[in-house]
Amino acid sequence: MQYFLQNLVNGLQWGSFYALVAIGYSMVYGILMLFNFAHGDIFMVGAYIGFFTATGLVALAAVGNIILPSWVIITLTMLIAMFLNAFVGMAVERIGYRPLRDAPRASAAITGLMIGIILETGNLALLGASRRAFPPLIKPVTYNISGVFITNQKILIIVVALSLTFMLHLFIRHTKWGMAMRAMAYDFVITPLMGVPLNTIIALTFAIGSALAAAAGVLFGIAYPVLGPYMGIIIGWKAFVAAILGGRGSILGSAAAGFLLGFIEIFVVMIFPSTMRDFIAYSIILLILTFLPNGFFGEPYSARLRL
Amino acid sequence: MPLLYVEHMTRFFGGLRAVHDYNFKIEPGEIHGLIGPNGAGKSTIFNLITGVYKPTEGSIHFRGKNIIKYPSHKIAALGLGRTFQNLRLWRHMSVLDHIKMAQFSQITYGLIGAFFDTKKRNQQEEENTEKAIKIMELVGIGKLTDQLVPNLPYGLQRRVEIARALAINPKLLLLDEPTAGMNSEELQDLVNVIRHIHDKLGVAILLIEHRMKFVMDLCERIQTLDFGEVIAEGSPEEIQNNPRVIDAYLGKEVKI
Repeated sequence: MQYFLQNLVNGLQWGSFYALVAIGYSMVYGILMLFNFAHGDIFMVGAYIGFFTATGLVALAAVGNIILPSWVIITLTMLIAMFLNAFVGMAVERIGYRPLRDAPRASAAITGLMIGIILETGNLALLGASRRAFPPLIKPVTYNISGVFITNQKILIIVVALSLTFMLHLFIRHTKWGMAMRAMAYDFVITPLMGVPLNTIIALTFAIGSALAAAAGVLFGIAYPVLGPYMGIIIGWKAFVAAILGGRGSILGSAAAGFLLGFIEIFVVMIFPSTMRDFIAYSIILLILTFLPNGFFGEPYSARLRL
Repeated sequence: MPLLYVEHMTRFFGGLRAVHDYNFKIEPGEIHGLIGPNGAGKSTIFNLITGVYKPTEGSIHFRGKNIIKYPSHKIAALGLGRTFQNLRLWRHMSVLDHIKMAQFSQITYGLIGAFFDTKKRNQQEEENTEKAIKIMELVGIGKLTDQLVPNLPYGLQRRVEIARALAINPKLLLLDEPTAGMNSEELQDLVNVIRHIHDKLGVAILLIEHRMKFVMDLCERIQTLDFGEVIAEGSPEEIQNNPRVIDAYLGKEVKI
């Protein structure tokens, strides 16, 4: 039982990254019917921005001989990384996708792939091939709750991921921008004719998705402090799976699917050797999708309407 | 000053000339009709006026402003509401949400207001909901607030579309074949609804229609379009008796 609970906590942490990245995929896909294949790499950029911010803050504190509590550094790192990465996301949309909005979907999809490659290799060209170590921001404390070990780091990751998801859910449900996103997800051709600024809403969608990806990047850096230019690829693919599994454009759906992915991966390792993790995990997910082709919360596919 | 003033508007799609040298003028509070065979370019004209497409040549002035370079949402917010030939509702949203979405440009409270229920937000929400309900009552769907649109009969869905167009406070309402697919009973109801809207709000209306009786009943002036060009223009009587219109559109068997 303890072993099970332990893995549940681990799965929740592991799923947090998938959930946060998947939401960004899902939002863009929901509105534009576009797979933003660069999103995994936007996560990577977010992690790097977080790395530079955190390193800078630590160095600044050392130079100025100020003792910054770690929660201040983490909060600042998180906010700055999210803020800056929002602009990265908007730039990707403005430069990469907007000129191709009326082009065939396949052109937009390869644009995403190319932007992804450009971000990866751009990082490589600018920063070199050496990996970066994320500065240790939290002094690890382990709590033993009747045999289940939980670190403060795990708590941080899970709490941040869940609260960001929840806040975004409120945003989508209760603000005019969120409502506009929902309306555009169904029909983005006519929505501007009701006074909704199309480009603003799309830019906002990319900004929010990228900010969440940056949050995931910072949390990832805290948990697994080695950063490399290609760190976003696998996470990006898996988050993409979660986004589709959650259902088109469904925030809670894709977050739930992200956590499910985390659980499945962790629980597979409970039973099978870790070399078989993704092989078995994704066979299971393939099976789930066979029975739920619209994902958890998705509406049946409706053809994109044009005037 | 005319409410909407279109001059020498032409639009090509590749080699196809969809609209050629189109001129149009409507004063506040007037009801005009646009008729013509399928493919004559009527809906294209709506799309050009609302900014979905941009004209190849010509100018469009709405409320004294040249709106040629305006994006659709700005044109809409200026007071141009429209409906669509095929129903274009947001299927997963309630009737009230449709109206509230179209109030987007009138909502001025920000993120903080939305999350923390500030006074400004509550006040505006209350006002907007009140306005929304008034609009719904005006078009006769006042009791359907929380219904999802796919659950409504076709005639009522049409009215939801009209209500949504009214929610942006239009000075001009463009109705694209509002009677398409309606039975004769629904048709008569719609004539009454449109008259009612016009009397209450004083909004100018331009409508595309195929049903002659409907157009002749409602419109003060009618333009007839064929192959992207205006072939006749005038009062309902003049249009009915115009030989070019009868040739191009009405055919010999039609007697009105």
